[in-house]
Amino acid sequence: MSEDFVVPDFGSSEGTGRHLAIICSKGNLDMAYPGLILANAALGEGVQVDLFFTFWGFDMIMRDRADEMAFSPAGNAAMRMGNVRMPQALAPAPGMTGLATRMLKKQIADLGIPTVPDFLEQIVASGGALWACKMSADMFHVTEADLRDDLSGIINAATFIEMTDGAQILFI
Amino acid sequence: MPVTTIAEHQVHVDAEGFLTEFDEWDPSLAPTLAKAIGIELTDRHMEVITFLRADYKTQGETATTRRTQAVGGFPIKEQFALFPGKPGKKMAYIAGLPKPKGCV
Repeated sequence: MSEDFVVPDFGSSEGTGRHLAIICSKGNLDMAYPGLILANAALGEGVQVDLFFTFWGFDMIMRDRADEMAFSPAGNAAMRMGNVRMPQALAPAPGMTGLATRMLKKQIADLGIPTVPDFLEQIVASGGALWACKMSADMFHVTEADLRDDLSGIINAATFIEMTDGAQILFI
Repeated sequence: MPVTTIAEHQVHVDAEGFLTEFDEWDPSLAPTLAKAIGIELTDRHMEVITFLRADYKTQGETATTRRTQAVGGFPIKEQFALFPGKPGKKMAYIAGLPKPKGCV
């Protein structure tokens, strides 16, 4: 190094050699975000990222469903209204899922965090790859026409395992 | 914070080398900071840096790549091309700002 001052170590511009594989299996709005946020953070750190969508995670990459993902307080013991724990008996009440979804979407938007489709677009722009699970596609009778344009492909689980050899794997 | 000399400027830096005083940066430092991390600065790089500086002044924190796209109008893909590998941190370093704190 020729500089006579301290320079941050940003590693190689070609990437860190680290590879993260994130399996998204949930179709609830609140469970879509952990994978998206981690994928985005990893890409910003020069980590190679592949996302594999399977089972209910398909809603994240389906054209006509990604904007309709919902959040239900049912079965979520951590759900609170302000600081008060929400009684589970209220959770299945009519309209509750819609109300909770609107609240969550507003909180996410207020933080400047994108919607699920916009977030996936950002991940692809950052160099991440999106893969759909073949078995789920067959089971749901879904073809590529039903899925996002920027999807890298529909592949089977074995192919995904093969392409993520040596990667760190997150199952969500 | 230690004081160091970069491009004939006396500046305060943290342990990693990021400038710590907003007002100690001026545009003449940018090419030297960029070169130190392997980036040959162009006018387009400087447009991003200028946005980050202006945004920091009003927001009090460094814009994330998301904000740099949404508010600054610089597409994420281009940010990765201009500042390869770790765009958020590299842009901040050249702009004399702290690393972005936001998650997205």
